[in-house]
Amino acid sequence: MRMAPKPIQSFRDDFTYSNSPGAIARFPFPFPEDEYMYSVNIEPHVTPGPEGSVYEHLLDIDEHYLSEMHERGLVLEENPKRCLAMPHMDLACWDMIERVMESFSNDYPEYFALTKEGDNWTWENKLLNLKDSFVFGDSSTLPLPPMEYIGRQVQGDFALLDQRDGDLFLDAGIVTCPADWSLAFDAGMSFKDWHGPVPMAHEMGIFDRALKYLCAIPQGRPVRRLNWTLTVNARMDTSPETYPMWGTDRASVTPENVGEKVHLRVELQVLDRMPRSNALMFSIRTYLISLEDLVTNPEWAKRMHRVMKSLPEQLIEYKGLSRYHPMVVEWLSQFDPAN
Amino acid sequence: MSIDTIQVRVTAIAEVAPAIREFTLAPVGGELLPFSPGSHVVVEMPAEPRPHRNAYSLLSDPRESGSYRIAVRRQETSRGGSIYMHESVAVGDELSITPPANLFSPAWSARKHLLVAGGVGITPFMSYLPELERRGANFELHYLYRSSSTGAYREQLEQTLGERCFLYDSEAGNRCELGTLLADQPRGTHVYICGPETLIAGVHEVAQSLGWPESHIHYEAFAAPQPGNPFEVELARSGVTLNVDADSSLLEVLEGAQVQVPNLCRGGVCGQCQTRVLSGDVEHRDEFLSAAEREQGESIMPCVSRAAGKRLVIDL
Repeated sequence: MRMAPKPIQSFRDDFTYSNSPGAIARFPFPFPEDEYMYSVNIEPHVTPGPEGSVYEHLLDIDEHYLSEMHERGLVLEENPKRCLAMPHMDLACWDMIERVMESFSNDYPEYFALTKEGDNWTWENKLLNLKDSFVFGDSSTLPLPPMEYIGRQVQGDFALLDQRDGDLFLDAGIVTCPADWSLAFDAGMSFKDWHGPVPMAHEMGIFDRALKYLCAIPQGRPVRRLNWTLTVNARMDTSPETYPMWGTDRASVTPENVGEKVHLRVELQVLDRMPRSNALMFSIRTYLISLEDLVTNPEWAKRMHRVMKSLPEQLIEYKGLSRYHPMVVEWLSQFDPAN
Repeated sequence: MSIDTIQVRVTAIAEVAPAIREFTLAPVGGELLPFSPGSHVVVEMPAEPRPHRNAYSLLSDPRESGSYRIAVRRQETSRGGSIYMHESVAVGDELSITPPANLFSPAWSARKHLLVAGGVGITPFMSYLPELERRGANFELHYLYRSSSTGAYREQLEQTLGERCFLYDSEAGNRCELGTLLADQPRGTHVYICGPETLIAGVHEVAQSLGWPESHIHYEAFAAPQPGNPFEVELARSGVTLNVDADSSLLEVLEGAQVQVPNLCRGGVCGQCQTRVLSGDVEHRDEFLSAAEREQGESIMPCVSRAAGKRLVIDL
């Protein structure tokens, strides 16, 4: 089912965010096995994917579009450094503009339109009531810097990775809904630097292999993977910068409210080679679902219990789940007949 | 979205140096993809008994993607791809090419870019230069050639670049003193080398001895596959055995047998064709595998590398 954007809901304070039955049905449940396995689960992002699924288009738009764009505005107002682009990334930002506008106007023609006369482009975003004309490649003709301009119109966080010396560098990004990482902190870092804290994977040689693979991603063949964690409350912005706002949420989980409070947070990560700059566009599209909503699917409920129960201690700690993980397992056990 | 090949038509052929021809390639229906400076495409030539597939740098201005241009130096001693381009390709012919890929991108954050080209190695820099100009970057081009065979575009380069263009015609006795050139650069300079292996090795060595950081030395090291001893290869999954003759690469033989192996550069650089070896010793000729990986002997890059002995078993 394709999802029409609904009125703005909140990812903070009163947390009015909710998933419709259609949104639950298309949620990208990330566990293919009962036991959680650490792996480089990268696969080709071949589009169009199954109709109505989150994989149908290069960039997925769903019922939360307006809510997420509103939230992005709030975060950028509080902290403009959540959007950064080094000067040498200007062309890569224009690559991103082209990719987003071309994809959106082809995939969602009811909401977006792009007309081009040479380098003179006109972009219309009917969901946000925007219509702008500009000269492609000339940042002075946009109302905002190029990364921020396009980033405010697309769901999910974006990083543009400059590729040099067989390595990738995080040299531009707009990051307002991260799972506990900071753009300002990681800016300019190399691939291995910003993955430094991930446990276990280094020993397995995963990063060496992944980096070689990523550096060779060709134009026109994007790849994707899913990543996940748990988040207390439907909070999009779980960044180190705002830790004081959400760190204590973990202590608010009780056996009574665990199903409503704890959310499975899934990132659909797509890596796509940019044609003009040779940068890699890394999009991190976040989906949140409460455990209560998740268990409406009995298969997911059973598997979620088994995965949580078999999660290695190191990962429980790395993902910041220690405080309420036992409550999650206990609550989920009621949906697993084998228990 | 997944693009495997693009059909193009040859709309112009020009002799840009005695041994170098330039081909203009226009799309057959549709538009060509934009590309970044330093990109190449693999051109498939419908030769018998099997097609030639050679990688060529795009030398047009990346901002003008109405057509692509490539330049091919005639290599008398090679396995035939360049001779095919020179003798068998005519204006109006259709060819199929891969989407542009880039294994030789400029380091945009460099304070200064020092481009060192040898002969037909000028080609990737032809796509660098317009973008370096647009960005107002600090750069110099040092171009080494033999006027009886190479030296394409030198008048045009001299005219547009002025004092940032340094020409060295070895046949006129003009030599480039690498030691002086590299010692003289400001901090934060990146050097890029494209040309014969001897030039790449020479610049690399001098730069290293002067203490240049490895991360500031870039080179395009596509090695076209070289002939070697014939060998036999067994494909473990299908049980099929194939013969790799002296003039063919393992990758070409696999493709001839309809075994699909992903590849981008066909020159031992990109890493896409890495294949698991189950038994047999490998003569590694690529730039991709690390010393440790070679030591383990579990991988081969079939685009350029061959069996060291008579037989290989690979995991395909």
